[in-house]
Amino acid sequence: MSKVILNNLNKIFEIKAGTDVKAVNNFNLNLEEGEILALLGSSGCGKTTTLRMIAGFETITSGEIKISGKLVNDLKPAERNVAMAFEGYALYPPLTVRDNIAFSLMKEKISKNEVDSKVKEVSELLEITDILERYPPSISGGQQQRVSLARALVRDSDALLLDEPMSQLEPQLRAVLRARVKDYIQHNNKTVIFVTHDQTEAVALADKIAVMEEGDLKQLASPYDISSKPSNVFVASFIGEPPMNILKAKVLKTETHLTFEILNDKDEKNFSIKYSNNELNKENLNKIANEQIITLGIRPHKINFNKETTNLEGKAESSTYHWLGDQVHIGIEIGGSSIISVADRNFQPSSDIKMHFPSESINAFNRDSEEVIFNGI
Amino acid sequence: MKFNIWSILKIFAYAAIILFFLFPIAWILNMSFMTNDEILRKVPVLFYEPTLKNYIGIWEGEISIPGFATMYIYFKQNLINSAILSSFSVALTLVLGVPAAYAFARYKFKGGEDIAFTLLSFRFAPALLIIIPLNLYFTQIGLYDSYIALIWVYQLITLPLLLWIVRGYFEDISPDIEYAYRLDGHSWFQSFWKISIPLAKPGIAAASLLCFIYAWNNFVFALILGSSAIQPVTVGALAFITASAIPYGLIACGIVVSVLPTLILALFIQKYLVQGLSLGAIKG
Repeated sequence: MSKVILNNLNKIFEIKAGTDVKAVNNFNLNLEEGEILALLGSSGCGKTTTLRMIAGFETITSGEIKISGKLVNDLKPAERNVAMAFEGYALYPPLTVRDNIAFSLMKEKISKNEVDSKVKEVSELLEITDILERYPPSISGGQQQRVSLARALVRDSDALLLDEPMSQLEPQLRAVLRARVKDYIQHNNKTVIFVTHDQTEAVALADKIAVMEEGDLKQLASPYDISSKPSNVFVASFIGEPPMNILKAKVLKTETHLTFEILNDKDEKNFSIKYSNNELNKENLNKIANEQIITLGIRPHKINFNKETTNLEGKAESSTYHWLGDQVHIGIEIGGSSIISVADRNFQPSSDIKMHFPSESINAFNRDSEEVIFNGI
Repeated sequence: MKFNIWSILKIFAYAAIILFFLFPIAWILNMSFMTNDEILRKVPVLFYEPTLKNYIGIWEGEISIPGFATMYIYFKQNLINSAILSSFSVALTLVLGVPAAYAFARYKFKGGEDIAFTLLSFRFAPALLIIIPLNLYFTQIGLYDSYIALIWVYQLITLPLLLWIVRGYFEDISPDIEYAYRLDGHSWFQSFWKISIPLAKPGIAAASLLCFIYAWNNFVFALILGSSAIQPVTVGALAFITASAIPYGLIACGIVVSVLPTLILALFIQKYLVQGLSLGAIKG
């Protein structure tokens, strides 16, 4: 059963008379019961506004929001039965941590014992049992954030809205809690929408990721599809660490070969990548048959340095070298273009790198619409 | 050695400050226990026999000063008037001002800033500017010489003060705290009553006290807009000065008695006052 449905949701802020800002533009979403959705995007892309519209703190300009089959457009926040963890924590300063968590259960008619056991369970989950008697101003930001998360998790709500729920936690704790919170959410069959700008968090927690940019929903898909099959240039250049190399390319077709000529700003050739037709997917070849100039995306992780043969026509020179502990990010200059690649620690910087671009590393996008033509030929 | 010199200097500095601020008060307090003769003696005496005559006089409404006729004083009624006017003014200001301050802090509405500034401008417009027209209006609509008229006009003093102080407090409270409470199934009004007001309490308490003091100390509105029946202590004190005598002891006693209520109130609210003024003044 669909738990949360957004239909053509719009939010327009009128800054001054005449100057409108579209914060959310025709957002459509269908979330099943028990699903976890991540709203992913950079600051100001409209993800928090979307969340606040679902909670009822932001009026909606047009469109529909349904929660548990009920149209909630005109319902007050109190009537929507959603729980939320705020980015700024929003704890009640005069109450202890325990009371802050229990406070949200006040309206639900349950016994004191049950409240106690619920608070106990969720505070053990988030490792805040030792600060239950403290007051919010006296605990650290990371602890306050966990209390705020606990307060939202403990409630029995139709939808759980989390705004940057783990942004203030230390990396180790974050990794541990991510797994635990996901378990808890799945075990209790909660429907969750959370906002984040951290793709690792989105991939680790979510069943579905919605990538947003300037109010537009750019792609809504599973974490795997988002990272391996980006549907447009924005998602391709946003997802991944490092993200895809985006280049302008001219497509040259012969009976036997397909060649991508990489162009610079002045449409001069920098280098080219050549494939024999029989190593490529026929369907994708047909898709590209009528294209002249495309936007080419190359996955940094998939570039191969250990292969004997090369399909690169041009001289590749390594320019930068970032050792990140378990992998190396290498900046490579090829005939005036620069691309980023990922290699293992055995990589040797050199002025003549041997490299191979496997066909699955190549993504093609329409030059004008920026929509995907294929992900990996 | 150095430490000792500094600490001695510090004690002197404190003493000077205390003397500067408290001496006039101590002097007045001292005078209130003296008879007129003792006060007016050419060589002041340090030791005298304190008398409660002035206090009893104010309580009973009449006092006979040797060498003059018996004076009748209405100061007790003035005190009651002051209490009525100040408390009701502050109460009305709270009822009107706290929700208004909340609205100005939370909601952006058309002309909102202009209204807030207009209210503030009441504080720096001289009272004399409006007092004659007000007098005429109040006479016409039959409000002249009534508590209601004065409480109404006192809003010019107290409302802007409370509004601007309390607004700063509401702005400092994260709206998300109210949202969180509302999400838990409570109405807007409940979140205002149970969350916003308690969190802004130090500011509201401090602002109320200031309002009370300003209302209590007001002179000119009460002088022009009311007769002796509703006049507060500030105007009532004028009656001590008569053609036949200036009873300094009685005046001093009147001052002591009229300062007491605000002093007691301040002591009660002190806890909030320090916290309140220091928080709001910086961030508001």
